[in-house]
Amino acid sequence: MSGPLRRGTGTPFATDPAVSDAAGGSAQARAAIAAGSRPRRFGAWYVTEHRLRGMASYRGTIIATGIGNPLVYLFALGVGLATLVDRNLDGSSVGDVGYLAFVAPALLATAAVTIASEEFTYPIFGGFKWNPIFFAINAAPISPRQIVDGQLLAVLFRMLPSCVVYYLVMLVFGAVPSMLGWLSILAAVATGMAVGAVLMSYTATLQTDTGQIAMLMRFGLTPMFLFSGTFFPLSQLPVGLQWIGWISPLWHGTELGRVFSYGHAEPLWLTVLHVAYLSAWLVVGWLVSRRVATRRLNK
Amino acid sequence: MSVLERSGTGRQLPAGMRALYAGNARSVVARGLLATRSTNWLVVLSGFFEPVFYLLAMGFGLGGLVGAVSTSTGQDVSYGAFIAPALLAVSAMNGAVYDSTWNVFFKMNYSKLYQGMLSTSLGPLDVAFGEIGLALLRGAVYATGFLIVMQVLGLNLSFFALLALPAVMLVAFAFASFGMVITSYMKTFQQMDWINFVMLPMFLFSATFYPLSVYPEWIQVVIQALPLWHAVELMRGLTTGAVSVAMVWHVLYFVAMIAVGLVFTTRRLRVLFLD
Amino acid sequence: MPAPVITATDLTKTYGDFAAVDGISFEVAPGESFGLLGPNGAGKSTTMRMVGAVSTRTSGSLRILDLDPDDSGPEIRAQLGVVPQADNLDLELRARDNLLVYGRYFGIPRKVVHRRADELLAFAQLEDRAKAKVDDLSGGMKRRLTIARALINDPRILLLDEPTTGLDPQARHILWDRLFRLKEQGTTLVLTTHYMDEAEQLCDRLVVVDKGAIMAEGSPADLIRRYSSREVLEVRFGSDRNEAVAERLAGTGDRIEVLPDRVLIYSANGEAVLTRITEQGLHPLTSLVRRSSLEDVFLRLTGRSLIE
Repeated sequence: MSGPLRRGTGTPFATDPAVSDAAGGSAQARAAIAAGSRPRRFGAWYVTEHRLRGMASYRGTIIATGIGNPLVYLFALGVGLATLVDRNLDGSSVGDVGYLAFVAPALLATAAVTIASEEFTYPIFGGFKWNPIFFAINAAPISPRQIVDGQLLAVLFRMLPSCVVYYLVMLVFGAVPSMLGWLSILAAVATGMAVGAVLMSYTATLQTDTGQIAMLMRFGLTPMFLFSGTFFPLSQLPVGLQWIGWISPLWHGTELGRVFSYGHAEPLWLTVLHVAYLSAWLVVGWLVSRRVATRRLNK
Repeated sequence: MSVLERSGTGRQLPAGMRALYAGNARSVVARGLLATRSTNWLVVLSGFFEPVFYLLAMGFGLGGLVGAVSTSTGQDVSYGAFIAPALLAVSAMNGAVYDSTWNVFFKMNYSKLYQGMLSTSLGPLDVAFGEIGLALLRGAVYATGFLIVMQVLGLNLSFFALLALPAVMLVAFAFASFGMVITSYMKTFQQMDWINFVMLPMFLFSATFYPLSVYPEWIQVVIQALPLWHAVELMRGLTTGAVSVAMVWHVLYFVAMIAVGLVFTTRRLRVLFLD
Repeated sequence: MPAPVITATDLTKTYGDFAAVDGISFEVAPGESFGLLGPNGAGKSTTMRMVGAVSTRTSGSLRILDLDPDDSGPEIRAQLGVVPQADNLDLELRARDNLLVYGRYFGIPRKVVHRRADELLAFAQLEDRAKAKVDDLSGGMKRRLTIARALINDPRILLLDEPTTGLDPQARHILWDRLFRLKEQGTTLVLTTHYMDEAEQLCDRLVVVDKGAIMAEGSPADLIRRYSSREVLEVRFGSDRNEAVAERLAGTGDRIEVLPDRVLIYSANGEAVLTRITEQGLHPLTSLVRRSSLEDVFLRLTGRSLIE
């Protein structure tokens, strides 16, 4: 009984001695620098692997909802509700297309935001608090920034395929008139990640959960889902309420998706603004999350 | 079993029941109210806003696109008046299901609250009834608030709308007693996720946002077998004033659901805590 | 003496006005088993976090493996194994998966990490629990799994923060046995504890810490010799009488400590002191003669008991 625990003569893997340290002259310092090089380079990816492995224990419901949700939503709204809307409007006056084509990109973007709201709320708070694995990861040679980056990457790996499946179901329903429709997948993923990054920058700060996350869902995400020009054009709302859409990343993401999926007519500057607005949420959320995680883990 | 020998409980209960039920569910309710008051009453209260947001967005925003809708009794009503009773039914269902599933699951497996309760004279049925009681209380508060909102917005088309409150209680009781049974089989969070998976299509398809008539016949039959459809029709009949004897069937549906739910809850609790 | 693996000089960490660690200095030699003994809140865990390169110091200098943790955190942590005070295993993963995932964080190739995981499960006596959910493991098993996880990278230094707090006596002994094996194999151990028996069992050398500062340093035997007598006589006269009687006991031993529930009399020969007391006509309700321990050292140094 000595095998695994004998004092090692070195690390059992290839190392890169490129990292420099002012006083890295001694043998033990050189060994440490060698051992640290892979984690420094690939740390975020290791975190991604870990998070995906955790998600795998939910693969049953992830796959079922990934396929079931688009079917159910597109059928209920795009077919059922569309019957009422199209009959009332006599064909095509919601943004110049049938209700199915109108609502589909919104549902796609909403699906991405829903995934973000699952993956960036309780799992992030929990990683600092209930099951503080982020502290364990940080005790290994992984930096708080890499932990944040890994979370984003892992969720991206769940969100992108989910959105592709959603889009395929949209195609089956005949909900995508335009050839450029597939670009609405990117619009949806950008929306989901933008919302997710900002959510993480908040949930990473929580010391206890006495209902903050539930309140955030209720007064943040639910109204965003309902008032962002998703089920009806923003112009249906009183002018005094339209600002909810303008500040909502979901509105920008949905409108961008509509431009791609059925050539929704809007000025070019507005399309550029959608992209810029979503990018701003993503970058700010990402950088703030990194900062918050660094502060919290380096007590 | 020593329980059989114990006498003087006052009320006559079948022998096996006395081990499950001490007739003190109100102390569980009292504890729940106290806990709510001292921790998250704002969060609890905020649940009221969920259906209101839906009503405002769908009823008014979407209503402009939809126009008037025909109910199952052939009445033409505004879209807001059409979906408001459905949202009332949905919130009764969601609240009751949440309180009897996720809430109970968490307390049972994580906060270990019931272990402490069951080490007193309380039995598992006291806990079950107590949790259902809390769910109903919460449901009553939300429903009252929502009915007031409907009144202010002019969506209550009849005085029968007052009866929607007891109807909400009935529906919530039925879903809560069923939820308890489901929860008693659950072991992991992964399994709990399936509850949401079943609830979503029921929420969307049960004549909530559009009449059943848009579906082919066979889909209509399937939906009419589901509890939420009965709840929606019951509420809609009451708030639009289209009251008829046929509504008794909806009531009976939920009475049966409560009976079956309670029988199974009792049986499951015996398996979990006594056997 | 070979070059130390850890050198702390005037190490300080303050939170606002509060100095959690207030200018402590120590060195740890390779292969040594070094302990920080002190009550809760003494600054042990803060020191451990700084040594673990996850908490930046406010002032002073700290070198670990000849590197500065402020600049080379990841490089240092690549050579450490850390067992934190509270287990932070991933509850969503099974026992063995916890080791696999953690091994990847050190950049260990998958094949190697699989082999090591099996070896370490054997070392932690958890082979038959490889597929168990972490939640279903007992407290002692979780602790052993955490130690196995900390060893996945074959660390140069193993940091253990209160390794046996909260475990039952049997689980503690199993754990001590495992740690003792590591020590025999030459792993450098740095551990904090507020249990003097643990410190006596595991530490070659230790520092007694209180309020962020080092009160004394030496081997357990050395500290006991320096700060306490060979034996201690513990006598009880009843909670309300101890204080009054203590005055009459003055001079019976080298030193007297009056605690709320008992009086401690330090002397080279406890039995002799007891005889003297009885001859004085004092009859304690209970009496006990024992060897001096680190608890007595701590009491002497701080005037307080370790576990309060």
